[in-house]
Amino acid sequence: MIDPRVQIEMYAWMRLTRTFDEQMVAMWKQGRGLGGTFSGRGHEAISVGAGLALEPDDVVAPMHRDLGTYLVRGMSPERIFGNMLGKATGASRGRDANLHGVGDLSLGIIGFISHLPQSLPTTLGVAMSFKYRNQPRVAMTFVGDGGTTAGVFHETLNMAGLWQAPFVLIVENNQYAYSTPLRQQMHTPNFTERASGYGVATATVDGNSVTEVYEACRQALDRARTGGGPTVIEATTMRMLGHAIHDGAEYVPRSLLEQWEKRDPVVVHRAHLEASGIAGTATLDRLDAAARERIDTAIAEAERAPMPDPATLHDGVYA
Amino acid sequence: MSDNFGFTDTPASSGRELTYLEAIAEAIRLEMERDENVLVMGEDVGGDFGGAFKVTKGLAERFGDRRVLNTPIAELGFTGMANGMALMGLRPIVEMQFADFISTGFDSIVQFASTAHYRMGAAVPWVIRAPSDGGIRSGPFHSQNPEAWFVHTPGLKVVAPATPADAKGLLAAAVRDDNPVVFFESKPLYRSLKAHVPDGEHVVPLGTAELRRPGTDVTVITYGSLVHVALDAAGIVEAEGISTHVLDLRSLKPLDIDAVLEAAATTGKVIVAHAANRMAGVGAEVASLIAEHGFESLDGPIVRLGGADTPVPFSPPLEDAYRPGSDDLVEAIRRLAAY
Repeated sequence: MIDPRVQIEMYAWMRLTRTFDEQMVAMWKQGRGLGGTFSGRGHEAISVGAGLALEPDDVVAPMHRDLGTYLVRGMSPERIFGNMLGKATGASRGRDANLHGVGDLSLGIIGFISHLPQSLPTTLGVAMSFKYRNQPRVAMTFVGDGGTTAGVFHETLNMAGLWQAPFVLIVENNQYAYSTPLRQQMHTPNFTERASGYGVATATVDGNSVTEVYEACRQALDRARTGGGPTVIEATTMRMLGHAIHDGAEYVPRSLLEQWEKRDPVVVHRAHLEASGIAGTATLDRLDAAARERIDTAIAEAERAPMPDPATLHDGVYA
Repeated sequence: MSDNFGFTDTPASSGRELTYLEAIAEAIRLEMERDENVLVMGEDVGGDFGGAFKVTKGLAERFGDRRVLNTPIAELGFTGMANGMALMGLRPIVEMQFADFISTGFDSIVQFASTAHYRMGAAVPWVIRAPSDGGIRSGPFHSQNPEAWFVHTPGLKVVAPATPADAKGLLAAAVRDDNPVVFFESKPLYRSLKAHVPDGEHVVPLGTAELRRPGTDVTVITYGSLVHVALDAAGIVEAEGISTHVLDLRSLKPLDIDAVLEAAATTGKVIVAHAANRMAGVGAEVASLIAEHGFESLDGPIVRLGGADTPVPFSPPLEDAYRPGSDDLVEAIRRLAAY
């Protein structure tokens, strides 16, 4: 069984992630946002479970649905909101939008790499650097079902299997690539079968169960760390909002969303903590309030922060 | 020594004659000896085989498979992998089997590597070696000079050496640079060009052009194998009393703008020449920089020579028509000198 304290921590991070997401969506709907942004609603169990399973020296390249991973790894809500608002204090100092470019190697985070699934070969390279230096570290990244149909997904898995790299990939099967449902993307929507073909170990988990995600990640990370090679974890979930903030996702049947709403990962985990007696309602309510306070503070600070000076336009193009 | 009263043909530094290819191989070996973080990767680079052009031959035996990594055919994947390795402080030297194939790895280069430092302050210190250039009857997919794609991309550096000494020195500088550097080698020079190369440590700073021949009547600004075409042409017109000034750019990004403007001002008459096709090529940028910043020093129109706006054709009469040769340069120099 997962340490009860870790299980409570999972809830705290998922609640913080959800609150961030909800407040972000509200801001954008009120016209207080900048450009587009992406919600990860429904993906909290995956992003938090995976983030908590990592060791401090591991490196992770999350996607735009994986806000929880950034937060768990220590990227502050202020720096993320600052990034989303184009502020000088944002993680990319105004260089990149929303969760794109929210990276910090000192936290072991490679910012979201657009052109999915570019994060796969990049992360494999990180894993190969660990192998090169014989370090007991693992590199992890994420991809949606949509990213699995691009060529570099296959190039990367082939090389990860070939070299048995310390590499873990989580396929967040959230049913839709923008507006295109799974059945229109591929003949056989079975990602673990593909991974097996490349010599990569596999696991399939309920992507709405933070404990399942966490345990599968721990196993995969341990295996990779001890020379056992790469793993693909398929985590099944549902993208609960549109592709991005502008997208109402009218193409998703309401009945499907209603069905997944009943499996909301934050609600499910809260119910589990209460039912198992790990945490009482009062404790969980306190965590909810703390999350709200933390996010409100972050938004206020990010909104107050200065915009970048145009004189810095050229700064950082070259190292 | 006593025969020539102390004068000698030996250049100031000690060295020996090496081919362009041997100079590249020497730079790789020396950088790998100097820095444990330097490794070589690419298709067929390992084992006894040592790459399609044998540049990496002997490296696997010397440094082992860990540092000489044979990759599957997956340019997008292994170039992306080099990105991740470089983020962690390794310095991969990636061999693109032919520069033409670099388009299959484009995304990893122009989307991630070139923006990583700007977006998240993370350096990506790799070198991609790209065997480029034609004139050797290799057809549309093995003859290209695709440097303009990368010169157009902020965050990259682009180098194109013309001599064995520069091939060695610029490659050493590229490996030590903290930015992604695309290193365009000229295939026709690999074994045909042999010249003096300094022994041991030899680093040519990126971003510095080199005067290959001083002259007073017409300036040719060029790089890569066209440097030699320009020098041939300069020799031919010299007999007619035309003095040609030849500047070798060496680095295309960053471009040595001061040297370009100085070379233009020296004669007031400028030809920009390269093997890559002219349309939106590096020569267009050089010509417009001179027009913008050196207009007052000009005594004639800036002339551009480059490949035709066609794929690089295979058959000799077609490829010769495609590619600027010394005849084309001679004619352009005469015309401009008489302007």
